[in-house]
This record gives sequence, C-alpha cells and structure tokens, in this order.
Amino acid sequence: MCAQPAPEDTTGRVVLDARDIARALTRISHEILERNKGAGDLVLLGIPSRGVPLAERIAERIAAVEGYDVPTGSLDVTMYRDDLRLKPARALLHTEIPEEGIDGRTVVLVDDVLFSGRTIRAALDALNDLGRPRAVRLAVLVDRGHRELPIRADFVGKNLPTSLVERVKVTLAGIDDVDAVTIHGEAGAPVGEAR
Amino acid sequence: MKRHLLSAADLTRDDAELVLSTAAELRSLADRPIKKLPALRGRTVVNLFFEDSTRTRISFEAAAKRLSADVINFSAKGSSLSKGESLKDTALTLEAMGADAVVVRHGASGAPHRLAHSGWVRSSVVNAGDGTHEHPTQALLDAFTMSRHLGQGKTGSLDGRRVAIVGDVLHSRVARSNALLLATLGAEVTLVAPPTLLPVGVDSWPVETSYDLDAVLPKADAVMMLRVQRERMHGGFFPTAREYSRRYGLDGRRMATLQDHTIVMHPGPMVRGMEISAEVADSDRSVIVEQVTNGVAVRMAVLYLLLGGAQPGGEE
Amino acid sequence: MSTSYLIRNVSVLGGEPTDLHLRDGVVVAVGAVSDPGDGGVETIDATGLVALPGLVDLHTHLREPGREDAETVESGTRAAARGGFTAVHAMANTEPVADTAGVVEQVWRLGREAGHCDVYPVGAVTVGLQGERLAELGAMADSAARVRVFSDDGKCVSDAVLMRRALEYVKAFDGVVAQHAQEPRLTEGAQMNEGELSGKLGLAGWPAVAEEAVIARDCLLAEHVGSRLHVCHVSTAGSVQIVREAKARGVDVTAEACPHHLILTDELAATYDPIYKVNPPLRTRADVEALRAGLADGTIDIVATDHAPHPHEDKDCEWSAAAFGMLGLETALSIVQETMVDPGLLDWAGVAERMSYAPARIGRVADHGRPIEVGAPANVVLYDPSVRRTVDPTESASLSRNTPYRGMELPGRVVATFLRGRPTVLAGALV
Repeated sequence: MCAQPAPEDTTGRVVLDARDIARALTRISHEILERNKGAGDLVLLGIPSRGVPLAERIAERIAAVEGYDVPTGSLDVTMYRDDLRLKPARALLHTEIPEEGIDGRTVVLVDDVLFSGRTIRAALDALNDLGRPRAVRLAVLVDRGHRELPIRADFVGKNLPTSLVERVKVTLAGIDDVDAVTIHGEAGAPVGEAR
Repeated sequence: MKRHLLSAADLTRDDAELVLSTAAELRSLADRPIKKLPALRGRTVVNLFFEDSTRTRISFEAAAKRLSADVINFSAKGSSLSKGESLKDTALTLEAMGADAVVVRHGASGAPHRLAHSGWVRSSVVNAGDGTHEHPTQALLDAFTMSRHLGQGKTGSLDGRRVAIVGDVLHSRVARSNALLLATLGAEVTLVAPPTLLPVGVDSWPVETSYDLDAVLPKADAVMMLRVQRERMHGGFFPTAREYSRRYGLDGRRMATLQDHTIVMHPGPMVRGMEISAEVADSDRSVIVEQVTNGVAVRMAVLYLLLGGAQPGGEE
Repeated sequence: MSTSYLIRNVSVLGGEPTDLHLRDGVVVAVGAVSDPGDGGVETIDATGLVALPGLVDLHTHLREPGREDAETVESGTRAAARGGFTAVHAMANTEPVADTAGVVEQVWRLGREAGHCDVYPVGAVTVGLQGERLAELGAMADSAARVRVFSDDGKCVSDAVLMRRALEYVKAFDGVVAQHAQEPRLTEGAQMNEGELSGKLGLAGWPAVAEEAVIARDCLLAEHVGSRLHVCHVSTAGSVQIVREAKARGVDVTAEACPHHLILTDELAATYDPIYKVNPPLRTRADVEALRAGLADGTIDIVATDHAPHPHEDKDCEWSAAAFGMLGLETALSIVQETMVDPGLLDWAGVAERMSYAPARIGRVADHGRPIEVGAPANVVLYDPSVRRTVDPTESASLSRNTPYRGMELPGRVVATFLRGRPTVLAGALV
C-alpha cells in the first residue's frame, strides 16, 4: 500500500512492466485454483488501495478459466495496524465484504507488496472480527523480503531481493497511469523513504 | 483536524469530508457480527454531562465502546455542581484519571472552549452541546444523513443542496453548528423563524433568512425542524403556541408542498403538535430515526480522528 | 522622615522642565529653586518626568466591608497610590450596602487609617440597592464621610419616579446621582455586547440601547427637575452622542469612561475567558473610537476606573458563571497615555482635567483636583511616560489578579505619588 504518493522519482528502475504483471497475475490465478482445487468457496479480499484492483484482476482471470465469478471485496486494515499511534489518524479505506461472507470459506488476501508482514498481521486480526474462514491464503505481486513477523505468502508474483533503504513502488492502471513495479533509492543512489 | 472539536467552524471542508467519509466506512460496522474495532484500545473517553441528555450521551458511549475505548460517564448535574468552580475541579479530576478525550455537554456557552484552552486538562475536548452556542457532532450527523439521501457523486456532495432550518434559531446550538457546517460543505441554508427568534447579526452568517415558511418549503431539499420550547412564549418571543404552530409548524398540508425527494429532519427531542405534527414525524420523508443511527457512526469517526493516531502535540 | 521634597527638572503638565518644592503638605514653590532654605529637604531628580495633580477616581470598588477576600480598603488604596491616585470614591455595593451613615463612616475611617489615599465613600441611592425606596441620603451627606456622590452602581435606578426623586432630593446638599445606566429587562442574563459576535458565540447580548435608553431618559429627567446627573461608565457611541446633545441643550450632565472601554473590544469574548467579562461589556471598535473622541472633545468629562477586584475562583470558570469586572487603578494612567496622549487626542493638561480636576469637581472634593501651584495641597504624581512595561498581575498591590492587560505592553510608569506632601509611592514602589 503506497497510501501517500511519493514525489515522482524518475531514477526508479523498472523491475516488472505491464506484461510481466499480467503474466504474474495469470500464474497466481492458476496457482490459486490448483491449490484450492477449483474456485468453489473462494473469496478474494484485496487490501486497499492497490490490493483491490489486483484481487479484481485475479477474479477476472479465474472467471475466464472457470466460468465462475469469485466473490471479491476489500478489507481495510487501518484500525488494526500496530503503528496507528505513530502518525496522525489516517483516513479509513473502504471495506466491502461480499454478501456471501467469509465463514467457512477460503479467503485469499491480495496485496501489492509483502515487506515486514505487519499489514498482513493486521489483516488477519481484521478477518478475525468478520468471521471464521476455513483457511486464509496470501497472494502478493511482489515479495521484497525483510519480514519482521512469521508470515509468508502462498502466491508470489515476483520475489525481489531489496535493501532496506530501497523503496518498491507498484503502479496500476485504474489508480495510476500505467502498470509497473519500480525500485527506487537503490544502494549507491540517493536514499529514498524506506517503506 | 484540530486537537479539539469545539465548533463546526473548526472544520475545514477537507476535515468535514474526512469525518463524513470515515463515518460512511464505520456505519457498515453495525451490520457486522462483531461491532467493535480496536482503534482506541487503551484510550479513555470521559462523557462529562452537566446537562441531562441521555440520547447524546448514549450515542457517544456506544461510539467510544465500539472503538474499544474505556468509557467513564460523569454526570455532573446537580445543584452543588451547577456553579462555575465545579467545571475546573471536575476537569482536574478527569485529568488525574488520565482521560484522553472529554466529551462535554454544558449549559454555559463556551464551557468546552474553556475546558480546552484553560490549561486545566491536556485531553482532546469534544463539544457535545454548550448552552446556546454549538453542537458540532449533531451538525455532522445531520450532514451525514443529508449526504446519504441527497448527496451527489461518489462523495455524496451537498454542493448547491437547499436546506431549510426552521424554528428557534436564537436558542439553538444545532442551528448554529448546522449553518456553519452546511455552508462549509457547499449547501445553501435558509433559516426560517419569526424575527424574534433570529439572532442579532444573523445577516453576517453564511445563510439566507426568511420569515415565511410557505415560501421556502417548495424549494428545499431538506427541512430541519428545531425544537421550540413552550417556555419561550413567556419570554414574549411569540404570542401563543397555537400561533407559532400555525405560522412555523410543519404539518401535513405544508408537507404536501415539498418536492418528492425532500427529507424532513429533527434533532430531537420533538414537541409533536408544536413545531412538527405527528403525521409528518412518522411519514416516509422523516429521517429522524436514521439520524440517531447515523449519530453513532459520526461520533465514532470524530473520536477516531481525534484519538486514533499520534496525539498532535501542541497543535491547536 | 523628611517632610520637604524638592523635585528638580520636572515637567509640570508636560511644560518646560522646572522645579517643584513640597513642604508641610502644600506646594511652596513652582519654578527654579536655588536654595530650598531648610535642612531636611530631599531632592528628587525628575528629569524626563511629568508632574500631574494627584489623580481622583470617581468609581472604585474597594469591596470592604463584605468581600475582604477580593479587596480591602488597605489593599485597594495601595493599588490606587501605585496608579497615581490620591483620592478614590468607594462604590456602595458592599456587604452590607453603604446605604447608611454608619457604613459610609466606617469606609471613610478605614481609608483614613490606611493613609495611602483619601477615600470618599459613595452612598447607595436606594436601600440595599433594591431600587425600591430612597436610602437616607441626607444622613450620609451629613455624616463624617460627607457623601456627595450617590450611586446604586452595579444596578440601575431603573424606576423613573425613584430616579426623579433622587435627582431632586440630593440638590439639598449639592449631591449628584451617578447612574449605572442599564435597562434591566433588556439585559436579563446578558453576558456580552449584543452584536454579530454574541450571536455566534451563543452568549446572551447586552444591547447598546439598554444603556442609551436610560441615559436619554435620565438626561431628560435631570433637565426637567434642574438637577445634576453623572453617568457612570459610558460604553457606546450612541451614549456619547446622547450626552453630547444633552450638554448642548444645557443639561447639567457629566459622564465618565473607563480605561478598558477605551482600549479593549468585544472581540476578546471569543476567547470565552471571563477575564474580559465586565459590565457594561466591552463594545465594538467603533464604540471605542467614539469614546476616545468624546473624551477628547469634553463630552466625556472624566476617566474613572471602575476598578472591580474579584477573587480568582470567580474568574477561573466558564464565562456565564463568572463575575463581571476588572482591575483598573494601576493601569488607568498608562491606558490613557496609550489611547489618548500618544495619539495626540489629549495633552497632559487634558489628562489633569479628565483624571483629577473634573472628577474632584463632580465629587465636590475640595482638597483634590487642584492645579499644581503655590499654596495648593501637595497632591502630586510624578509619571515617566517614556518607559514601557509588560503588565504582570502578580505585581499588583490589589488582593485580586483580574487584570485584562496581563502580558500586554503599556507605556508609562508612576514614579512617585504625594498625598499632602507625603510620598505614598517613591521610586516606583509603595512607601
């Protein structure tokens, strides 16, 4: 979640372009179906803001393969974050749980970047207040490492080893101009804000 | 947002829209199995009520509890506590208890302002109604209710919507806060009252005024009826309750002149048969019950935005 | 202790520097003194200082008897001396009310014992300030306190018949009724000036008309019965105009303005800090300007402090629960310099007229308010108009701290006050 658009950093290096992202999402969609043995009882919950269009894109791909619309929604984790008290109160993002609910279903959380794991920890707490899924899986477009909690992704678009001073930026058409994953403030280059 | 919410004038348009959009997210909580969020865990919210107002207190209490705050209700009404000094003493007591926010209802205009700026307490202060001054969370919930029914676009904008606020504007903290907030949000407000119940200087407010309810009603998108206390009659503000009701009450005949989409609001408690007839209060246009529901979501939003993040030290 | 003071290089009423010799309670020389001709003389270098006649306040609340927690005659007169006053009129709204010869004599005696300035008690117009029947005005006039000013200040003598009778009755002993002009029904529950801001703040308004209506009526009454009338704390532009027109018609009316009404405006109520709560309330900028103009052209005869001490707890609370009133004795001269002298509206002779001669004339006080000339009682203030100071309430000699000027920078400082040749303040400190 890049909640705050960083000042445009033209030095960013593109690590995934639009076609790479499309391929990665297609692969993730197939992996989800394989792992889940079909689309039945699946619920996709994107973590706003960029996890939500990713979840929708995965749902489109699953629909194309399976001919079945997977219930898709969004899950805002702001109030569950462990760093809530460190900054001024943040605006809430949209939570929309599909009508079917999550009880007894397999929920796939979808986010753009997996980093410390704290956002996913918050998402698991938020889910806990919403119901009792049969299982919870995690799909991310990029896993950049540096976990601070015992959390791992089940489906990964790209593993991207990074330095802590680097910043990984995901842009998605619909929210941003183009689909791309870029890396900023690489070692040696001016230090950017660590995510 | 500032550290305190004392007046609707404290809110910029961005602030107000943030409260309303936050409230919109929080309103869905009512439909969930666990109606609780952890955002204010470990925070203490004190409801300090120097005046009876069960409905406002309950609304704030529910809001704070749904955000997991600890809630202390302090009803300070009573003869020994009706004098000035007690506000300070009470505030010092609350400070010693470690209150993070004080929600204060007081009969004296400006008492919350005094609490916030006198140096007696460090907590955030939320005005839950002070004298004949303001009641900003009521205005926020009214705007929220209007936005849900009349809002345009994705954000539920009230730009250009016409709101008639009818009745005892002079003594109404609800009218003051609503006039300020609705103007901030771009709505066009007309205050309708007999001349005796409009405040001096109202021409400097960002509103229109009218003495003629019948002329205003057909153009209104929302009509907010204010409570009129029969005691005002003795102050000579109007001759009789019957005459007031005839000239400024909303009854079935007048309701028929409203546009199809127009909603009828009332901050409560209503005086049925005085400013509003039972027929109107119970009609499909009435959103009076919904106002109460929305009150909890809006107050959650206010408490979250004031207390949920880092305390903005020193920023006032 | 020296009984003779030679004040060198002093500017009397802002004139050319000269010398001033005070001895045995009177002014013995004005002009260059080469040889004071007595051994015990104490010389004061007054270069840069202005000499004014001892100031006379027609409107002071000393609170004693009854509210000795707020002020006593002792503490209030010390504050007066620090402000350059040599005489104050103590208002009658004490507990008990100063409505009998007994109470006014008690206050008068306390003033004499304190010795910091002369205290002239004001007698109540009506019994207990109740506005129902006349107090024993004649008995108070004939008492040792020799009361000449009568006022229900704090309350208005609103009953027209009662006001007429009072105006007529005091003629027998050359008294004057000082009216607190406030129509009570128009000001029920009033908290601040009625205007745009009162509507916004939700504080009950105190409309200008409630003052102006009473002043207009009283001017007509005074004209009708041929009595003299004094109007306390005029606060609105309309009141100034009414007094101006009455004077033009020949009505024997005098009027006072308070320092706070010359400098502060109702905008301060937006703080909801009751330190700014006063009766009549702070008004608008236009009213302030009209008061200054009225004081400059003589429509307003005098500056009177309405020094109103209140204990901390009566101000450290919400606005509507707080007491009306603010301190004034120690800052009055500075405020007059700031608002009248420095802008060129009044010279030092004008200040002497407004703050000494005229109030003494209105109060029929013989030994005060006399020009600084040979043979006059040595009631003199030495004032340094060139310094600036920041008001610190804790430095006040008053028992109370309710000054609205806390933290404000004001010009001028009283360096010395002489009461009948004896210093009550010397080198800026109480003696």
